[in-house]
Amino acid sequence: MASMRDIKRQITSVESTKKITRAMKMVAAAKLRKSQERAENAKPFFDKTKETLADITARIDDDLHPLLEKRDVKKVGYVFITGDRGLCGAYNSRVIKEVEKGLKETEKETEKETALITIGKKGRDYFKNKAEIISEYIEIEDSPGFSTATNISNELVELYTEGILDEVHLVYTEFNSVVSQKVERLQLLPIEPPESAEVNDSEESYLYDPSAEEVLSAVLPQYLKNVIFGALIQSKASEFASRMTAMDSATDNAEDMIDKLKLSYNRARQAAITQELSEIVGGAEALE
Amino acid sequence: MSTVKLSIITPEKVVYDGEASMVTVRTIDGDRGFLAEHQPLVTGLDIGQIKIKNNDQERILASSTGYIEVRPEEISILVDTAEYSDEIDVDRAKSAKERAEKRLSKDNSSINSKRAEIALKKAMNRLKVSKGKNFE
Repeated sequence: MASMRDIKRQITSVESTKKITRAMKMVAAAKLRKSQERAENAKPFFDKTKETLADITARIDDDLHPLLEKRDVKKVGYVFITGDRGLCGAYNSRVIKEVEKGLKETEKETEKETALITIGKKGRDYFKNKAEIISEYIEIEDSPGFSTATNISNELVELYTEGILDEVHLVYTEFNSVVSQKVERLQLLPIEPPESAEVNDSEESYLYDPSAEEVLSAVLPQYLKNVIFGALIQSKASEFASRMTAMDSATDNAEDMIDKLKLSYNRARQAAITQELSEIVGGAEALE
Repeated sequence: MSTVKLSIITPEKVVYDGEASMVTVRTIDGDRGFLAEHQPLVTGLDIGQIKIKNNDQERILASSTGYIEVRPEEISILVDTAEYSDEIDVDRAKSAKERAEKRLSKDNSSINSKRAEIALKKAMNRLKVSKGKNFE
């Protein structure tokens, strides 16, 4: 049995861990509230974006704009969003797993090349020596600004139009609620009309002013930006929710552990007293 | 005057959701006004002003890039940012303008100067709208 001093030391250490996990949980909860609000406020914007895109793409040909055109695929890019830090449950590893699955599918079944664009340190570190990373974004703010999304989408459009990538997928974590987040994979480029959105089936066709090409050149990159922005804020909200839940159960576990340690501490104390007593009695008997 | 349903939406919030008798925007092809029963149209928006006219009331917003979808019964405007003239943070816009000007005067690399130019355009647009000036 461990000595009383050892157990005491262990209790102190678990207690200080508990303090840390509890503080992290509180911080995550506060941040979550903000990013959850942002994610919810942005929802009408994305629904509308999808709706308009569906309206537009339903009425035009694929070959009107390079971002819509399907071409022979040689290299597939994966953009994925992870956090910069750990201690957030399965949040990072779920995204990484999905990316690995995607990479395997692309490489094995169709013998295409793959490349990565990483957002977040955890994902970058994991794939550092495993795959080709074209570009990386780290230290994304807690409430990502639109400019971050703009930078990422501009780079993607560049990579795509220059022919470095022929297809781009996005992997991110969708935020449903505090207890439910889901990893999603969707195709960014070439832009595919969203399936879920309903198309307004008015007979009239759209007027494009000044021309369809020019309008699409303005609208399509905007759509891409919007999707990436949405993915960024949803992922952030998911990260905080995940961290909060993980730290909550870590705090609970620490409490359980402290209870158990306290029990064995008391046992050890009792045992020491009993031993002392029997030593005294034994000593007294020896004197007689 | 007949009205049309108008919604102006940014990633931050729904800025306007209601009726309007006329809306004027800065498209990539110049300023344009839309009334009710307009033919379906889609076009991109440049940094500029959005003017909403609802009967006698008129409100002006400073907006950045995005796009507009017009249908006979509904107009939707999707932009990165849109602020009403009385909501604009003038001090912030002023300092953004100064920053952009400083950067433009010394930085020669094309990407940075392009970025600064956009920032300058946005800041000047905000200042102009906050002073209540109309379209030039």
